Amino acid sequence: MPHVSADYLLIQIFNGLVNGGFYALLALGLSIIFGMLRIVNFAHGVMYMLGAFVAYYGAQLIHLPFFAALIVAPIVVGAFGLAIEVTLLRRLYNLDPLYNLLLTFAIVLVVEDVMRLAAGALGSPYETPGILAGATNLGFTEYPTYRLFVIVVCLIVCAAVYVGIERSRLGARIRAATEKPQLTRAFGIDTSRLVSGTFAFGAALAALAGVLAAPNTNVSPTMGDAVIINTFAIVVIGGLGSILGSVVAGFALGIIAAVGAVLYPPIANTLIFIVMVLVILFRPAGLFGTPERSA
Amino acid sequence: MIAGRRGALVGAVLLALGLVLPFVPGVYIVFAIDLVCFALVAVAFDVLLGFTGLLSFGHALFWGGAGYVATIAIAHGVTSFPLALLAGVVYAFFLSALVGAISVRRSGIYFAMITLAIAEIQYFFALQFIDLTGGENGYPVTTRGTLFGLSLEDDHVYYYLVLAVATIATAVAVRIVTSPYGAVLAAMRENENRAKSIGYDTDRLKLAAFVISGTLAGLAGALYAGANRLASLDAVDWHTSGAIVMMTILGGIGTIYGPMIGAGLFQSLDFFVSKTPIGDKTNIVMGLVFAIIILIARRGIVGELMHRLRPGAVLPFDDEQPILEP
Repeated sequence: MPHVSADYLLIQIFNGLVNGGFYALLALGLSIIFGMLRIVNFAHGVMYMLGAFVAYYGAQLIHLPFFAALIVAPIVVGAFGLAIEVTLLRRLYNLDPLYNLLLTFAIVLVVEDVMRLAAGALGSPYETPGILAGATNLGFTEYPTYRLFVIVVCLIVCAAVYVGIERSRLGARIRAATEKPQLTRAFGIDTSRLVSGTFAFGAALAALAGVLAAPNTNVSPTMGDAVIINTFAIVVIGGLGSILGSVVAGFALGIIAAVGAVLYPPIANTLIFIVMVLVILFRPAGLFGTPERSA
Repeated sequence: MIAGRRGALVGAVLLALGLVLPFVPGVYIVFAIDLVCFALVAVAFDVLLGFTGLLSFGHALFWGGAGYVATIAIAHGVTSFPLALLAGVVYAFFLSALVGAISVRRSGIYFAMITLAIAEIQYFFALQFIDLTGGENGYPVTTRGTLFGLSLEDDHVYYYLVLAVATIATAVAVRIVTSPYGAVLAAMRENENRAKSIGYDTDRLKLAAFVISGTLAGLAGALYAGANRLASLDAVDWHTSGAIVMMTILGGIGTIYGPMIGAGLFQSLDFFVSKTPIGDKTNIVMGLVFAIIILIARRGIVGELMHRLRPGAVLPFDDEQPILEP
């Protein structure tokens, strides 16, 4: 094992928190969608990518500031998600859920190539907003301010969504519709609107993650590919459909992967999948999942 | 499955098409080889999806992995191409036994996710262990050598070798799914609990199907690497796993010959679209075609034909189980 200084390890843990924040935000959206619609949404990475592109084109075309993009992109992409749910996904709810997984895979192929035609394959940089540029002194090191901002936003949004679903009236309806759709309808609640809203909200969360990622990475049509499979693994680790599980697993795996990379660099990309296989072997329903969900 | 005399007839027609394919004007020989390799992997995939109902989203694991093993074997002194192929197939066999042991107890979405995750582990292995795998550049096939005194360097000779192997492998697959074992698989697919209650060890039956499917997919993938003289990173990527799923469903799940036709159509469409002004953005067309198949023709091309011609025919995934009422 290489010698690692405590400071260096701490920096890596912060880097892990940043990645974990993205994973948590993406896994959260994927998880609410799965809970409600029973769809494993391949197109979630596309929503993330589109969110980044809305920020990018917003800045290029109308000088949309970063903080406005944080609001605008989720709305635009949420509307796109809504359109997809209403026109396409809805047709397949009566069938084996694998058909919807495959349909979302087809959506990935089409949207990615459309964006490649529109924006080129190479991708473009997106400027870090001025107020968040530079570094902040954390005592043990100077750490990029923007990354701290990402950690804070991800934590706040995840906590807000969790509280919203666990405590609010709307959240109670969503949970009811997730657990017992027929019974919920019998109480006069329009579950199909909840389903549409949930999908749009999940897409909006992915878009928010995309905007947050834009200054940190290259805005390109395939940027979603790089994160979607990891996010799948995290959702499975946390327990498919478990909101708390996906958030905890997101942050935890971000840190585990970052620390793992310090100890043995080649394992960085595969650690999440290895953990997932172990979880499936020993706790098939995931860390926070309820056993009956694992078919 | 198209069984009996009608099945033999369809098989014979496909084989005849395969025999004349290199002479069709406008068909490049490497395109023809690719097509036959994909037809075989689609058959392999259908043995699993069509007869156990398990949807693997990780068949690139066997297809691409066996390609790497075969090419690396050649570069490390295995001069006989069939022996290198065998090395790839053996790798696919053991790998599918291992992955199957982990995954077949799960079904549906979980099974798809596990196979996808394990395939990603291999992908990153191929990407990162550059000394062994060539990393992003892939691993070149240095020579295909000779077989029975014929030089396999000649693409036409190689084509007929691939066609012969694919024909035998498909015949084996057809024999398996029409055997009593195949009938038990289909029964299990329709009602696993009932199959269990009359004493079948369903996990072992599924594992066997997974190993057959993975091994045949490895065979196809090793032949494919030979055709392109390269074990490429693309071949172990999850998009390739997705393409294999698409070909199978396009042709018709559970019809064996359907996925072959699906693979042929998929490859041809990909080839022709790449000649149009949108160039390499062929996924737009492939994705749209696939979406339409999923939305309105889920039985696939051959499945829909069978359904129209023989309305009583039992096809997998034909029942509509309510998951969430509209």
